[in-house]
Amino acid sequence: MRAFDYHRPATLKEALSLLRKNQDARPLAGGQSLIPALKLRLAGPPALVDLGAIEELRGIRIDSGTLAIGALTRHSEVASSRDVAMSIPALARLADGIGDRQVRNLGTLGGALANNDPAADYPAAVLGLGATITTNKRAIAADKFFTGLYETALRPGEIITSVAFPLPKRAAYVKFRNPASRFAIVGVFVSEGAGTVRVAVTGAANCAFRARAMEKKLASGFTPEAIARIKVPPDGLNSDLHASAEYRAHLITVIAQRAVAAALAGK
Amino acid sequence: MGIAVSMTVNGKAAGADIDPRTLLVHFLRDQLRLTGTHVGCDTGQCGACTVHVNGRAVKACNILTVQAQGAEVVTIEGISRDGELHPMQSAFRDHHGLQCGFCTPGMVMNAIELVQNHPDPSEDTVRAGLEGNFCRCTGYHNIVKAVLAGAAAMKR
Repeated sequence: MRAFDYHRPATLKEALSLLRKNQDARPLAGGQSLIPALKLRLAGPPALVDLGAIEELRGIRIDSGTLAIGALTRHSEVASSRDVAMSIPALARLADGIGDRQVRNLGTLGGALANNDPAADYPAAVLGLGATITTNKRAIAADKFFTGLYETALRPGEIITSVAFPLPKRAAYVKFRNPASRFAIVGVFVSEGAGTVRVAVTGAANCAFRARAMEKKLASGFTPEAIARIKVPPDGLNSDLHASAEYRAHLITVIAQRAVAAALAGK
Repeated sequence: MGIAVSMTVNGKAAGADIDPRTLLVHFLRDQLRLTGTHVGCDTGQCGACTVHVNGRAVKACNILTVQAQGAEVVTIEGISRDGELHPMQSAFRDHHGLQCGFCTPGMVMNAIELVQNHPDPSEDTVRAGLEGNFCRCTGYHNIVKAVLAGAAAMKR
């Protein structure tokens, strides 16, 4: 690791002031992606602002038809939360499938979203449920948040504080995972809400995206068969040693159908 | 720049002035000489460095020591009582849940927390729960048997 100054503020206000003073500092949440990146010198910020002691960024609550989760809430907390299991069980199961137990015990919702790994699970849920990301400055719609490979709409000095998920009628997430890394080769999150259907795909491209052609078909009939013939073109999809773009394109249709079936079965 | 850290490790106060880059596993091994926690892959995959921080199993090679400021840390050295092995340790011995033993401290620490959260785990729960721990000797079957037996023994 390259040397860095380390700060551990106790409040959000203090953290924001540190980030204002240290323009190149990186906020540290659970660190399950950032620490490996520091070790490999893929990242070498001059300072880290550790958000781990900021209690106000934690917690899960349901109010006025949305499930609000604090940015520093750990994956294991989302996975085992009764409120999440009762309101959006698909989200609890998604959280329970991120990485492994030890990673889930440190990794956070806000950290995962800010990092925006192309194969991360949470971006699919945020996009697939039409969630709203709240920062210290503004509310950002999921559709505007994920802008590219590890790129988001967040500006320097801006911190995610919480994420509000509207409660769907039904939803499911199915992941075709790399058995070694447990990241998604393709993951699809589908939801049916009040008059809306959303289909979000992760792992396949530079960041999560919506499969709008599938959404349109599903809106007039929420069945796996409705999308059996919809193909996402392989142009622009990822090709790597795990899967070619053509294979990923094929998987999207297969996994999306499984996700619709799982949502219908309430699984 | 040195940072003063203090925490509780295996019930005793521990502290030092450290470089903020120091990983928790290096603090435990190099400063406190608690070498039961192993460094396997050093990339957050193999789980040999698993310890408990505030009751949660985490990979000590994937957390900075400074992130554990004020925390309660428990390592493999801290789980036996009065010279008696922890029931999970005994179960690993009884069921031949190890060959070379390198992964065992991490396996045991993860298994203990898994059972604390799932007191009556199914075999599937155990297998899924051990995804973050690699063993290159046993083929896992005896480890799974050991964790199931350890879970039963922890209830007693």
